[in-house]
Amino acid sequence: MTERKIVIPGEVIVKGDDYLPGEWTEKTEKGIVSLRYGLAEENKRLVKVIPLSGVYHPRRGNVVIGKVENVTFNGWVLNIGCEDTAFLSLNEVPRFVNKDSLEEVMDIGDSAVVKIWGINRRGIDLSIKSRGLGKIEEGIIIEINPYKVPRVIGKEGSMIKIIKEETGCNITVGQNGFVWIKGDKIENELLAKKAILFVTEKSFISGLTDAVTKWFKENKPFEKVSKPSSNQENKPESNKESKK
Amino acid sequence: MAYKRTDGRKNSEMRPIKAKVGVIPNADGSAMFSIGNTIAIAAVYGPKKMHPQHQQDPEKGVLRCTYNMNSFSVSDRIRPGPSRRSMEISKITEWALSPILMLKKYPGSVVDVHINIIQADAGTRCAGINAASMALAHAGIPMKNLVSSISFGKIDKTLVLDLDKYEDSDFKEGEGSTDIPISVTADGKLTHIQLDGKIDKKQLIEGIKMAKKACEEIHEIQKQALKDIIKK
Repeated sequence: MTERKIVIPGEVIVKGDDYLPGEWTEKTEKGIVSLRYGLAEENKRLVKVIPLSGVYHPRRGNVVIGKVENVTFNGWVLNIGCEDTAFLSLNEVPRFVNKDSLEEVMDIGDSAVVKIWGINRRGIDLSIKSRGLGKIEEGIIIEINPYKVPRVIGKEGSMIKIIKEETGCNITVGQNGFVWIKGDKIENELLAKKAILFVTEKSFISGLTDAVTKWFKENKPFEKVSKPSSNQENKPESNKESKK
Repeated sequence: MAYKRTDGRKNSEMRPIKAKVGVIPNADGSAMFSIGNTIAIAAVYGPKKMHPQHQQDPEKGVLRCTYNMNSFSVSDRIRPGPSRRSMEISKITEWALSPILMLKKYPGSVVDVHINIIQADAGTRCAGINAASMALAHAGIPMKNLVSSISFGKIDKTLVLDLDKYEDSDFKEGEGSTDIPISVTADGKLTHIQLDGKIDKKQLIEGIKMAKKACEEIHEIQKQALKDIIKK
């Protein structure tokens, strides 16, 4: 287990020549110096900094959620939350599209789950030719810090699995920090949203999965026992009041 | 006769400092810095695509600062909007901060820094630079170091640190007052120094030494502020 500590730009992480500079670090005469605000991690001799904040930095193969900004004659321009605009070409859509009316498939303002297929100087190329990708028809989308995505997903998806099971919602976490929640009831969707925001707020404590399980016990407005639908609307509010 | 400070500070003493990071949730990075009655808040957005396009640099990212003094920040309301003074300070802030930034990885992009002075009592550009430096680190911009900034000056014939409004502009006796803001990186390199007035070489060097020492203290406060938000 490696020890992690918070570092600021310019801070010397380790002294001496025995270490190698990893990501976001630099070797100087003083030692290994951090170039970014984040958590420093030592792995044997390699020292690196895990960033905690910033805008999304796209990588090939990332699954992200984007919003259509523009429709061109051969594809869509999507905003995926980074400095470059992303282009989804018509060739990358695995269905027949009438070239004269692309907006019938996706119009400005629609969102989609897409995969980053390639990055070059001119921009980012996207694809929806894979399972789980495609246009988002219903549900809610929330935005979180992209550097907290690993915490929301958890080790091998443990965290997101808990949230999915507890709320019964279908959740897709884009690597760019956009989270798509789709459930059968709006209450469940909002509960999932709250849970995810709880995770991002408490992302620095250890044993977070246990904390989330506990949080669900305290905040879950209704038990798994099915109740008549008329009661359910009042339940969440009454629970909140009793907590205060 | 040596000048005696009105608020009872020692000549090499700063006003009380407060720093806080993450004050603006919507920004990618933000910070508040206050020294005495001067309060500055800075918000960082980006890196994002530079617009207008002709200002894009295909080699590296660009830093763009906007300094603004709110109309209510001084006792006589100032006219809102950009002025000659605020445009100059924006540029000065850019120059003070850009040597530490490493924007090679973001060609064609811009990092926007908005500095707002919500309460002014002299030393606003220094407070702005301090806040902006913290906000840039908070926004996850790759940078070599933090920048700390402080002003020193000469009141009549005495060297003093961190001038307030009275000392900066209302003191008229003897030789009057000279205000010298400087910015120093954490490893002691100057990125910005301004001088408007008269001072001899010996006193200037002495003053820079004093200010550098103060900047070390400010750096510690900035560092602490950045680390504090993660504790919980």
